[in-house]
Amino acid sequence: MANTQQLEDITTQVRRDILRMVHKVNSGHPGGSLGCAEFFVSLYNEIMDRKEGFDMDGIGEDLFFLSNGHISPVYYSVLARVGYFPIEELNTFRLLNSRLQGHPTTHEGLPGIRIASGSLGQGLSVALGAAQAKKLNGCNHLIYSLHGDGELQEGQNWEAIMYAAGKNVDNIIATIDLNGQQIDGSTDTVLPMGSIKDKFEAFGWTVLEIEKGNNIDAILKGMAEAKSLTGKGKPVCVLLKTVMGNGIDFMMHTHAWHGKAPNDEQLAIGLAQNPETLGDY
Amino acid sequence: MKTYENQGNNDTRSGFGAGLTELGRTNPNVVALCADLIGSLKMDQFIEENPERFFQIGIAEANMMSIAAGLTIGGKIPFTGTFANFSTGRVYDQIRQSIAYSDKNVKICASHAGLTLGEDGATHQILEDIGLMKMLPGMTVINTCDYNQTKAATIAIAEHKGPVYLRFGRPKVANFTPVDQKFEIGKALHLVDGTDVTIVATGHLVWEALEAAKALNEKGISAEVIDIHTIKPLDAKAIIDSVSKTKCIVTAEEHNHLGGLGESVARVLSQHNPTPQEFVATNDTFGESGTPAQLMEKYGLNADAIVKACEKVIKRK
Ligand SMILES: Cc1ncc(C[n+]2csc(CCOP(=O)(O)OP(=O)(O)O)c2C)c(N)n1
Ligand SMILES: [Mg+2]
Repeated sequence: MANTQQLEDITTQVRRDILRMVHKVNSGHPGGSLGCAEFFVSLYNEIMDRKEGFDMDGIGEDLFFLSNGHISPVYYSVLARVGYFPIEELNTFRLLNSRLQGHPTTHEGLPGIRIASGSLGQGLSVALGAAQAKKLNGCNHLIYSLHGDGELQEGQNWEAIMYAAGKNVDNIIATIDLNGQQIDGSTDTVLPMGSIKDKFEAFGWTVLEIEKGNNIDAILKGMAEAKSLTGKGKPVCVLLKTVMGNGIDFMMHTHAWHGKAPNDEQLAIGLAQNPETLGDY
Repeated sequence: MKTYENQGNNDTRSGFGAGLTELGRTNPNVVALCADLIGSLKMDQFIEENPERFFQIGIAEANMMSIAAGLTIGGKIPFTGTFANFSTGRVYDQIRQSIAYSDKNVKICASHAGLTLGEDGATHQILEDIGLMKMLPGMTVINTCDYNQTKAATIAIAEHKGPVYLRFGRPKVANFTPVDQKFEIGKALHLVDGTDVTIVATGHLVWEALEAAKALNEKGISAEVIDIHTIKPLDAKAIIDSVSKTKCIVTAEEHNHLGGLGESVARVLSQHNPTPQEFVATNDTFGESGTPAQLMEKYGLNADAIVKACEKVIKRK
């Protein structure tokens, strides 16, 4: 068990990784990545029950699926930091012949990744399939997934949401990154979605909100509660209220950094706000 | 040998944006739809000038395609905008049933096509879209080569009645076609006269074909270069006329060799004038992350590759 301070230190390092990765290739998605850094760090270090090493079928362990694949920087950083592959490989993000593709892929065989994502809206269905495979295998472990809030505009999500409740898929915890932002602006300006909570509940899910989605203690408490609600006949949804660009003051609370890399000067400012903890790759 | 001057690099998607802006000013029936990619599709100016004729759909491409079909009922001419992948494969049945089969006047405008999308990688780099779209009965398929041509094509397709797939790209590339050149759907552009080999190219590969023709010329090989911006309907006459002179052909496209321009050309030639052909295209593979230039090099889609293919096909005459 890591304590909160340790998890915060890892998060600080992950923020540095994210900034340095996207800066080097002048592309990639820092905003959503930074907003979900505490969640990923908590998930992979504390929340999930994981085996050593990586095998595709993941029997006897909890599995995670990233549906909003554009936040690959935070995913790669955390996968490397918990040991799925060497942290030096973060240096190859988005370069030719890298295993760290712009969006996560199984095609290059990167340990930790079980499905390609990037085209939005498909991950919940995949996660549900994996959850049903777990049941068929008599495996009592859980499926975790993450989805963007803008991503919920894709209709396939709602097919999956309806299916999960209708088929009592109760071994899944689907988390929504509720940052209120997408590419063209706030979710409210692009396409107002009303209450996500009411919608999930109307479809038959158990919904839990984490108001401080960038606070590690709040995440650990909320996810523990979510876990206690699984296995009761209903799928579980966590609405994680995050701040896009969290931890880098000029990137926070705006969609501007959804898919834009910092320049040299901005990188330096961002790194200064997040001093090295575990050591840079 | 006729040569072309680059008027300055520019992106084809900006050509689309400029064409759409002009249509906004000249054709009150033109409406535009986008799925959370306004900036990438360069639709800002149209939206600023015609807010009531713009529909922000959100990240919901299937919904966008069928809404576009609905807008035609009542005389609107909808232009949808998203990446090529999300304009085709993502929404194929919506296009098939609501647009193509129902013969609706929708203009599917697809940016970031092919490998030159670059770092985002294979999830976003569609290399199958020409095939998907040309297989739909009644669909016109256009892949423009530069800024000027994309702007002209955008304006031209508004005048054409029926569904159109307009494919263009992300990076800034050479802009070399005349600024005032009218775009004629289905009419190939004869760019360079030659006698030894015909190069038929589409999209970003047209400029590469011109570069290849220069390199070949220095080696004493005379290449004819044809820009096939319209893959369907294909200008069969232009191709047949050219190969009856050169007796061999290279096709070049930023697309899989399965289902692309090359196969359309091969079909025409096998029926009318069987001719040795080489394909400059991807070889049944997905793309990957990298810079556009690195990817075009790795997957053999540049002037060098065209030169090699020409040398090879000439030997097969
Ligand atoms: C099917 C599909 N359509 C469009 C895109 C382009 N796109 C990538 S991220 C994004 C916005 C996603 O918004 P959200 O899920 O809220 O993620 P955030 O911006 O908060 O990270 C869009 C439209 C895509 N990747 N896939
Ligand atoms: Mg969001």
